Order: sequence, then C-alpha cells, then structure tokens
Amino acid sequence: MAASDAAVPPVPDVSPAPDTVKILVAGGFGVGKTTLVGSVSEIVPLRTEEPLTAAGLDVDDLDGIEEKRATTVAMDFGRITIADDLVLYLFGTPGQQRFWFMWNDLAVGALGAVVLIDVRRPRSSFAAIDFFERRGIPFVVAANGFHGHNPYPPEDIREALTLPRETPVLLCDARDRASCRDVLLALLDRLIATAKAG
Amino acid sequence: MGGGDAAGRLVRPFTLTGGRTRPSRADFTLITTVTAVDPPPARAPRPQPEQARILRRCAQPVTVAELAALLDLPVSVVVILLCDLLEAGRIHVRPPRPVSGPPDLELLQKVRDGLGRL
Repeated sequence: MAASDAAVPPVPDVSPAPDTVKILVAGGFGVGKTTLVGSVSEIVPLRTEEPLTAAGLDVDDLDGIEEKRATTVAMDFGRITIADDLVLYLFGTPGQQRFWFMWNDLAVGALGAVVLIDVRRPRSSFAAIDFFERRGIPFVVAANGFHGHNPYPPEDIREALTLPRETPVLLCDARDRASCRDVLLALLDRLIATAKAG
Repeated sequence: MGGGDAAGRLVRPFTLTGGRTRPSRADFTLITTVTAVDPPPARAPRPQPEQARILRRCAQPVTVAELAALLDLPVSVVVILLCDLLEAGRIHVRPPRPVSGPPDLELLQKVRDGLGRL
C-alpha cells in the first residue's frame, strides 16, 4: 500500500498503528460472553482457536467436552475504535474452568474485566470472580437477563456472590448495545474512581 | 488449508513453523499491532507463502489476534511466523499501551468518552 510514499524510509520505532488496550469478558460457559462482545463490537466477533497441545495442557482431562472442542480452545473477541489513536479490544475468556491457563495470558495488560453471570446458574461464574479477585484485576458483575427480564435485584446478586461494596453489580441484556455499553461504562467509572483515589 | 479432518487441521499449522511450537522472542501479545515494512528492506529473502499472507494482511496495522482469526491459524503459530518476519526486518511491531504501574487517568477517561459515544 501507499507506494507513492516509498521515498520515505521506514522508521522501525515509529508506526502509524493506534494504541491498543483490552478488557476481558469472563463468565461461565454459555452465559452470553460472545453475545455481549458482538453487541458493542464494530466488527463481527472474530474467533481464534488454539490447539491445546500448543498451550501445554494435559490432555487427559477432557471428559464431557464434545469431540470438536476437545482439541482446541476457542476465544472470541471484538473491537471498538475509541479514537483515531486508540482501539479497545474485548476478549471473551474461554468459558470452561479447565481453560484457566489461558486466562493468565489474557489477563496480562487488561484494563479490567466484566464478569457475566447467569442468575439461574451463578456458580458457573464463581471461578471467574475468584480469578480476578486473586489477581487484583478490577471488575464489574453483570447479570445477563435472558428473555428481557431478571428476577433478582442487584443487591441480592451481590449478597449471593459475597462481593465487596465497591464492585458494581448491574443487570444487563447481552443482546442490547446500550445495555452492554452501560456495563462497560460502569467498569470505566470503577477504574477511574480507583485511579483518583490512588 | 480448508477442509480436511479436525486432527489434520491441527497438525498442519505447526508444519508452517518447521515444527516449532514456541516463539523465539516474547514481543507479541494478542493486541500487539504489526505493520508490514513498506517497501521491504533490500535483500530481504523471499517470504514463505504463509509469511506472504501475513504481510498482505498487515499492509495496514493489525493486531496479532486479528491476524490469527483472519488467517484461521492458531495465535501460537502466527506469533512464531511473526518472529521470523520481525527478525527479517519485514514488520514494525507496536506493543500494547502499558497498563501496569500507576493508573493512567487520562487514558481511562479517553476510553470512557469513547464508549459513551457508542
């Protein structure tokens, strides 16, 4: 591309590429992570698949996973252009707890995380909450209300998950762009409040 | 590359890397941005077909995760190929915005403002 600019020699340290940052979207298997990513992403969520052998996993603990998934772990992600020089990526963490080893790599350099929970199966997101608490990664909890309603108020969810007061708990609809945007804004508000208190 | 059974699809990517499963350096994260050096350096060796595919995809800045998804290759394989391209002087590499250390209030506010426009 840009062949007409060929007279300008490339300078290795100066690239026109924008800055990149990322936020993780975690939660139990099938809770709606990819749906949330897709609702706010400017691209259709992209998927990478990693062979488990490359990640160094013992392959003897794959009972119960359908065969197609037994040899790869998939990860979906989306993109939001924040400004000309700044792009935010949203990564859905692999849902099953057995893929925790990938979360370590994913968590490095993340601004923070959204933990999606299904109020009918809150336990499926305990591992994600535990993971971010242990590593001191700021997160918000969003209860994905399937079928447009959610029977539990946020304070009940906070109590059930024994979350500290400073961790925001929201209801959301992962299919709705404005709702997912508000979840991300709640995370940024938390991050900004923490930075100011710093 | 398309088609084939699932096992074959898994084995084949690492033949692109000469059997290597680990990168030679740690420059690449999922959101590290790569851009092809244009024009390529003089006396650059002719890239392998998969490397040429990567170079075509990163004529404009693109992240490692996007490359892997667009090329339908595991991230680990793409990173190994990118290491070779970096050492051959064929790509620029831009690391992600660092977020360790004290929080960058200006950055956070900028992200919040951008999200608010969604």
